[in-house]
Amino acid sequence: MNFRDIGTVFWRDWIVLKRRLTKFIFSRMVAPLLYLTAFGLGLGRSVQMSSGSYLDFIVPGILALNSMNMGFHGIIPVHAERVYHKSLEEYVLSPISAESFLIGKISGAVLKSLISSAIIILFAEIFGADINLSLMLLPVLAINSIIFAEIGFFAAMKLSSYEEMAQVNTYILLPMSFLCGTFFSTAALPEILRFFVECLPLTHASLILRSLTAGEEFLPGSSAILAGYAIAGFFLSLYALKKSQDD
Amino acid sequence: MIEILNVMKKFKSVGKNGEKNFKTAVNDITLSIERNEIFGILGPNGAGKTTMIKMLTGQLEPTSGQIFYDGKSFDKNKSEIKKMLGVVPQHINFDRELNVEENLELHGRLYGMEKSERRSRINELLNYMELSDCKNYNVGKLSGGMKRRLLIARALIHRPQILFLDEPTVALDPQVRRKIWNLIEDLSKDGVTIVLTTHYIEEAESLCRRTAIINGGKLTATDTPKNFCDRLGRFTVDCEGTAGRSCKFFDDEDSAKNFASASGENFKVRRTNLEDVFVELTGRGSGLK
Ligand SMILES: Nc1ncnc2c1ncn2[C@@H]1O[C@H](COP(=O)(O)OP(=O)(O)OP(=O)(O)O)[C@@H](O)[C@H]1O
Ligand SMILES: [Mg+2]
Repeated sequence: MNFRDIGTVFWRDWIVLKRRLTKFIFSRMVAPLLYLTAFGLGLGRSVQMSSGSYLDFIVPGILALNSMNMGFHGIIPVHAERVYHKSLEEYVLSPISAESFLIGKISGAVLKSLISSAIIILFAEIFGADINLSLMLLPVLAINSIIFAEIGFFAAMKLSSYEEMAQVNTYILLPMSFLCGTFFSTAALPEILRFFVECLPLTHASLILRSLTAGEEFLPGSSAILAGYAIAGFFLSLYALKKSQDD
Repeated sequence: MIEILNVMKKFKSVGKNGEKNFKTAVNDITLSIERNEIFGILGPNGAGKTTMIKMLTGQLEPTSGQIFYDGKSFDKNKSEIKKMLGVVPQHINFDRELNVEENLELHGRLYGMEKSERRSRINELLNYMELSDCKNYNVGKLSGGMKRRLLIARALIHRPQILFLDEPTVALDPQVRRKIWNLIEDLSKDGVTIVLTTHYIEEAESLCRRTAIINGGKLTATDTPKNFCDRLGRFTVDCEGTAGRSCKFFDDEDSAKNFASASGENFKVRRTNLEDVFVELTGRGSGLK
């Protein structure tokens, strides 16, 4: 592992993003605007919360699910690089290590994720949400996108078609985005489902983000769980990368 | 320079009835390639040439066997050895999101080149390959031949000491093909070791000091093109009979001529070439003496 090599991999993703930065920023405005309008203004008016408004409740949920999606979708172009364009070969042949490549790619996805988080926070303020902007949001959003970038990377190394990649989104990301404490508390779920959902990383990202935006304490237990997922995901992705040329 | 010891590659595959089994793409090959030689690997489609190159360049792990560069185990010194290798792959594998120049730039960075050196080398090679006008093109917009030239340019940016070319002149027009041959010879004069695979017998004959012929993953024979022809018989009589075309080989011209004139007018004498060797070794022929 070496910073120059990580920088090279990141440089490539950055020049590709830079070329489309304006388009990227506009496209990242659509989903948060819809969520905030539908759930915050529309549905939210009729929801009674014990404290604060429903808008304040869902902003951290939207941040969590967005950083999940951006981490995942920010890295899956590497699937086409491996399967269709074969441009992954260039990295495999080069002297850079698998670790450097993986970290470079994850960094690219995290950058995209953080840009879109900033857009959501800006809109939340415009919509009048009362949220506490702590600097601690940054590492939590980053680690959540790292976890899902790793899941996306692993899938991109293992799956051979684009259809299968889309299924990961349908069967894993989509259910999580609704159930993991994003739009409602997991306490509302039936016991067994709740237990299962509380093992998932997005639930803990939502919990920490909500606690931080409410100006409350940082949750060490949930943070440790996120860190565990990120570390496990890193090694699984690394393994999948090393095997990626074998089929 | 390169020592290949009992290298074997098996791929997982799925059989006719969906059962899992293994396909042996490279079967126990032992070979050594000398410093500064131009070494050719010949073989029919599916023989295992590309698989061999991929193992030699670190893209695939051998299932078993070992590879040494200058006595150093490739497996244990991957990144150090990879710095001296250049690879021209069989298939186009550019980054489609980057333009021509950026693709080369990425390569230079991956091999740790400093900015000024990278820039001058990129311009030099774009000029040489007559691609300077396409610097800012999207790689998808290049013609097939331009893409091939760009592949070669990219492999040379970091001045590799050993260059692997997997069918480098496929789809190139005759002029460009000559130019690539000249380039390969010039590189060889500069001390670069070259390993190439090809289907063009002419290419192997004019470029390679030695060639290996592989078939079905096995190494059939290694020799100089000339020795191959000598071993088969330096003269060939083409026989156009009712059963189709066949060849007979002779060590000296007189016996070939005698055979031809005794057999009738459909029989022609010519020099044996590498193509005959190739057909004999990989096809229906009886093999070498
Ligand atoms: N990734 C892979 N998975 C499974 N089988 C493979 C894989 N790569 C190659 N093979 C098989 O290994 C054998 C050798 O393939 P290889 O590409 O090395 O042949 P080749 O000599 O380069 O042929 P060509 O002249 O057509 O390029 C073939 O039977 C091929 O089907
Ligand atoms: Mg091949």
